[in-house]
Amino acid sequence: MNYRTLLFIPGNNPGMLQSSDILGADGVIIDLEDAVALPEKDAARILVREYLSTFKSKTAKFIRINPLDSPYFYDDLEAIKDLNITGIVLPKAGVESMSKLEEYMNENNLDLDVIPLVETAIGLETALDIVLISDRIIGLFLGAEDLTLDLGAKRTKESKEIEYARSRIIAASKAKGIQAFDTPFTDTDDIEGLKIDTKNAKDLGMTGKTVISPRHVEEINKMFSPTVAEIDYALRVVEGVKAANEKGLGAFSLEGKMIDAPIIKRALNLLRMSGDYKEEYDELLK
Amino acid sequence: MNYLNNTDLSTVKVLNKSEFPSKSKAKDKVINSVEELIKGLDLKDNAVVSFHHHLRNGDSVLNTIMKEIQSKGIKGITLVASSLFPVHAEIIPLLKDGTIENIVTSYISGDLAKAISYGELKGKIIMQTHGGRARSILDEDIVIDVAFIASPSSDKFGNISGVNGHNSCGTLGYAIADSIKAKTVISVTDALVEYPNYPADITEDYVDQVLVIDSIGRKEGIVSGTTRVTKDPIGLKIAKDTLKVMEATGLLKDGLSFQSGAGGISLAVTDYLRDYMIENNIKGSFASGGITGYLTGMLEEGLFSSLFDVQCFDLEAIESLKRNPNHIRMSGSQYGNPRVSSVVDNLDIVILGATEIDVDFNVNVTSGADGVLMGGSGGHADTAAGSKVSIIVSKLFSSRIPLIKDRVDVITTPGTTVDVLVTERGICVNPLRTDLIESFKKANLNIIDIKDLKEYAENIMGKAKPIEKTGRIIGLSEYRDGSIIDYIYEVKK
Repeated sequence: MNYRTLLFIPGNNPGMLQSSDILGADGVIIDLEDAVALPEKDAARILVREYLSTFKSKTAKFIRINPLDSPYFYDDLEAIKDLNITGIVLPKAGVESMSKLEEYMNENNLDLDVIPLVETAIGLETALDIVLISDRIIGLFLGAEDLTLDLGAKRTKESKEIEYARSRIIAASKAKGIQAFDTPFTDTDDIEGLKIDTKNAKDLGMTGKTVISPRHVEEINKMFSPTVAEIDYALRVVEGVKAANEKGLGAFSLEGKMIDAPIIKRALNLLRMSGDYKEEYDELLK
Repeated sequence: MNYLNNTDLSTVKVLNKSEFPSKSKAKDKVINSVEELIKGLDLKDNAVVSFHHHLRNGDSVLNTIMKEIQSKGIKGITLVASSLFPVHAEIIPLLKDGTIENIVTSYISGDLAKAISYGELKGKIIMQTHGGRARSILDEDIVIDVAFIASPSSDKFGNISGVNGHNSCGTLGYAIADSIKAKTVISVTDALVEYPNYPADITEDYVDQVLVIDSIGRKEGIVSGTTRVTKDPIGLKIAKDTLKVMEATGLLKDGLSFQSGAGGISLAVTDYLRDYMIENNIKGSFASGGITGYLTGMLEEGLFSSLFDVQCFDLEAIESLKRNPNHIRMSGSQYGNPRVSSVVDNLDIVILGATEIDVDFNVNVTSGADGVLMGGSGGHADTAAGSKVSIIVSKLFSSRIPLIKDRVDVITTPGTTVDVLVTERGICVNPLRTDLIESFKKANLNIIDIKDLKEYAENIMGKAKPIEKTGRIIGLSEYRDGSIIDYIYEVKK
């Protein structure tokens, strides 16, 4: 499953939890960490358990637990280990915390996906090491707010200060063949700003974006969905490959442009995202 | 004009020179004292007096006049007010002492509504629609003795304008029938302006007296600064799905006519519709009803060629009414009187709310989940009946109470005129509208049987407890044509 949007839902908000599956996001991240004040941690765990055992829906559900350096890390894991969820978001991810989480999941035989949230300088610089710890990891998530705090950088709407971080997360993710999730855009009213920010992230190579406002979901979904023109082009590439293979050609040109393996791979990825991928395409690059 | 039947005109009396009329004089209509006015009107017990609600929760005219009537010891008044708001709780003592015996209105909320639900009105309450009110007055089902017309501005001869004066409220559409039919018409103003006061909503030829008082109300209660689209994600989801429903009806094309309310979800629908019309280059015919800045903006963008305005909801609407000739005043009768040609009959789509809806698509916007009066039809039943497609937009739960019932507490709008329900968990179509079911299926919309949606909601929230009533009927829900569609019962305290 490729997630274009992962929407944060506060774990202590019954109204939001109840409606979380109808807000259009590909997946939701039920938050037990920052959205929940310290005195409410226990109540939130109980509420989330009640919600997940009462409401059934097809939307992918991740839970952001509290970090390893908090007193709640293992309490959270104990509370959610038997729930029917898709996976876990690990905040302040680093080699140590990811290793501890992997250890816990192995001990408890948990078949859950993991998304490490990279939001510290050390996490960023060891991003590749983190993703190599576990095959449960399906994507890396850049948390720019905490990261810029750690870096002593000024957080701006233009996001120049996180270009390196974005690229580093993208590179580590692509190296492992997993998704790269961009940081949320925090101005809930600025839809134009959201579009620019999402485009910047997508152009760098992000494959999805985390979201803190349901109002952002539709726009981001749209931007991470292939356009009709992109799908048409990818299908033409595929047809070109088929024809070239039949003729025994290694490379070929389409509309005046040389088509080689990276372009073919990109076309196939795009068709996977759009739902137009066919099994027969598996053979094309062999 | 009996002369026309007179075969011999020589028998008709002609005035003598001494009997010839003198030059006419402008009538002196101004009076500066409420007490003097009421004394002069010589109201009797059981009189019928009327008020409009364009000053909404900022109105102080109704309270001022009714208290004066009370002080004169007049009893058994039938109060015909187009709507009553929380500010009118001041007249609760007048129910108890018998000054007010019956109430006829189209909307009632606040403590006055509670008092009536708990049985404090000695007579009856009749809940009408806006169009039905105009019909009943113009057809003289209701005969008004005195209409007190709160006037944001008036000249001394009674030209009343809703757009002039510091307490401007916009159009005065709901007061037109009263001004035409009441035996006596009083303009009540706190802004006496130079003659002639134009544009006039009600002209001097209909007005008998002009009462000047210190204040007709509080501006902040009359209109909101600017009405705003909801930011609630569930409301926005419902609005988005409503746009899909509207698209699937096939009515979103040139010549579209549209009405929606000023509630958050309705405004969001209007906002999405605007984007859709721009994107698809659609030029609508008219939008109608209570008018907001969103609709005046669409008028200025050329998305609608005109607005029919029975009530201005915000300051932007008032400003537009003042300067844009395509922003047209309409009376309650032109809006929804079922006996005549009215705007609602030309509506393509109307977006409406609901407190409750039942499995037969009957809608209640009259009473709340506790059975206490907290609203009324307004134009709900009028527009549902007249429009090609009436769409109810609502959340499936409100404060943990499911929206869909086996039977609504009070039927405001009969299910036979309600076509579609849009909630965050699915779209229900009235089985009577097989044409819509067909179109929606083609459009791949998520259609759910209303009974299944009710069951889904009850599985999560449980069934609401039945409302405790005393069994005494305290009023009637009157349909727009004057027929009765439901009883209103006293609620146990």
